[in-house]
Amino acid sequence: MSLNRTLWLVATLFAALWMAAAGYAIFFVAPDESTMHAIQRIFYIHVTSAWTAGIAYFVVALGGALYLIKRNPRYDWAALSAGEVGFAFTTVVLITGPIWAKPIWGIWWTWDPRLTWTFVLWLMYAAYLLLGTLVDDKQRRATLRSVYGIFAFVNVPLVWETIRWWRGQHPSPVIGGGPDAKLDPTMWSVLMFTWGAMLLLFAVLTRQRYRLEVLRGELDALRQEAEDSAASPAASASGRPLVELKG
Amino acid sequence: MAAHSQTVHEGGLASQLAAPALWPGVWAIFAKEVRTELRTRELLVTTAVFTLVVVFMFSFSFDPTSAESRRFGPGLLWIAFLFAGTLMLEPSFMREQTNDTLAALRLAPIDPCAILFGKVLANFLFLIITEALLLPVFSVFYNVSIAAVLPGLALVCLLGTLGIVIPGTIFSAVTAHARMRELLLPLLLLPVLTPILIAATESTSALLSDSPEWPSMGLKLLAGADIIFLTVAYFLFGALLEE
Amino acid sequence: MAFSAVEKRYGSVRALRPTTLDIPPGEFVALLGPNGSGKSTLLRLAAQLARPSSGTIQFRGPAGPESGFAARHRLGVVAHPTMLYDDLTAEENLQLFAQLYDLRDSAAAVTARLDAAGLAERRSDLVRTFSRGMRQRLTLARALLHGPGLLLLDEPTTGLDSAGHEWLARELSRLHHSGCTIVMSTHQSGEVTSLATRTIALEGGRVIRDTGGTGFQPVPAIGSPAQGVAGAAH
Repeated sequence: MSLNRTLWLVATLFAALWMAAAGYAIFFVAPDESTMHAIQRIFYIHVTSAWTAGIAYFVVALGGALYLIKRNPRYDWAALSAGEVGFAFTTVVLITGPIWAKPIWGIWWTWDPRLTWTFVLWLMYAAYLLLGTLVDDKQRRATLRSVYGIFAFVNVPLVWETIRWWRGQHPSPVIGGGPDAKLDPTMWSVLMFTWGAMLLLFAVLTRQRYRLEVLRGELDALRQEAEDSAASPAASASGRPLVELKG
Repeated sequence: MAAHSQTVHEGGLASQLAAPALWPGVWAIFAKEVRTELRTRELLVTTAVFTLVVVFMFSFSFDPTSAESRRFGPGLLWIAFLFAGTLMLEPSFMREQTNDTLAALRLAPIDPCAILFGKVLANFLFLIITEALLLPVFSVFYNVSIAAVLPGLALVCLLGTLGIVIPGTIFSAVTAHARMRELLLPLLLLPVLTPILIAATESTSALLSDSPEWPSMGLKLLAGADIIFLTVAYFLFGALLEE
Repeated sequence: MAFSAVEKRYGSVRALRPTTLDIPPGEFVALLGPNGSGKSTLLRLAAQLARPSSGTIQFRGPAGPESGFAARHRLGVVAHPTMLYDDLTAEENLQLFAQLYDLRDSAAAVTARLDAAGLAERRSDLVRTFSRGMRQRLTLARALLHGPGLLLLDEPTTGLDSAGHEWLARELSRLHHSGCTIVMSTHQSGEVTSLATRTIALEGGRVIRDTGGTGFQPVPAIGSPAQGVAGAAH
């Protein structure tokens, strides 16, 4: 096995271990929170997933931009992979949010600005993924996806500002306390530890997904070669054109 | 020869900023869109009627004469505009596929963004006309007086509509080659237009409330959105058209 | 124009393998080959509708080498889709393109082209009402509106009856004699291809035969403005 593959295998194992350790830390190391008690522990997953998803979306936009400039499909594959994994993390945020809210506020959805904003992001990236499945031409698909990915990412802060203002007009319960909620240092370290695990998990999952796209690309290339040689055996026998012309 | 052999590689960002002939192209394409619309009248009439139907039907979900309608009215109005806009924007680039007229436009020595801006301006005009027709109807059905706040309302509509048509036109180009484009365009567009919907609705509410106030924050958000959308669209459109 | 090691890949499909060729001014090139041989790709690249995956394409105008963007002023393209707006009149269609190509005296140019195409009486009729032959004439009129020195045609004879074939042959012959460089792809030989001064055959994305190339004497001299056509490009 090549060095690259070995490294990634090790990384995967490490990610699994780290996540397990983080789980332990969340339940046994982190102190009990005064008002919310046990349910508050979900905050570690909720917040770290959100941060990781944010990074994922940045990768989507970056991959898209690089693809549009360099036209190398690998950038689009990377963007797609990050997009899918980021979407999964966003879903986690949207599920853990209400789970957190229900015991505290008694309702599932409080129109908390951050959660509402996350939902809009979820919709945008669902659209991003769907767009890819609805375009048949591969090259066009990559271009269109890249354009939308960049547009969506640029829109993210705009959506945030607008929703924050909107909820400011119509106050409602805010999950996770206001901006000045303080974190106990132990909590902070557990949070960072969990985030590290999340990031590694994200990297490993994205890499796996990316490998799938690379393999698909190779398969396509092989298929194309086979078709080419079937169509014109003489022409493709050597690698060079039969006649090289100069003006 | 180096400078000249970059002939075809100059496509992309650099050429968009360096290439001249933006505005004459924009005007020519805008005129073409308007002329086509005047001749076929398919978009304007359909859009106007659709918006009317939506606004009217929405009013069945609550008592339109009460104070309730003041609260819900602006939101429903803007949702109606959004839906109408989405429907109207869809054919924008689809039309260029018949006879491959898009290729003809791309062949011309014009900045590719001229195509985008020409269409954006035309779509803006069509949507604004629809809104102008619907506002009096809205005012009558929901018993709200718009005359007093007309300047503010006009400004909200102008900025909001611009915010709808810029992403809408570019996404029309994106979905032109996709399957299920009638569903895909709203799916792509509506989440992206969340800021526009929120800002426009809040601003309209502020203007139409019992104690009208100037929606400065809302207008700022709309203007900001417009600028962001325009800038991103400008940079991305050339890459979008390339093969 | 000159292609240097131009290659075009669509994903993993090699539409055109690295190709190098030079087309001097005044040449009439016929591109032959079956479907999928790369003829259309080559023309699209020349028309700058597509960007090469690698390699460069150089254009030389009457004043010397010029950028692809500037060369568009001297490029005319005719393809199977008419590239005309059905809901506009013939005149409006040409007027639009006259504006896009920034022609100085657009009204006169439009009228001249309509007359030359024999469509003057139908100028105010919607293109939707035109027959196939009329559309073909209008398409050619649109392509020639800005007086291009290089004309690219992708399978222009499909869908034309014999009268249409003759008309096209006459037009292309006339253009060629006034110094226009013509590159035309077709998969039927006939009257039109017999006008060609050079034949390039393609298969599977590569050139397998070229009757031109070195040793060919172009007509007219390189770089001189051709009679009646605004600047011969090559």
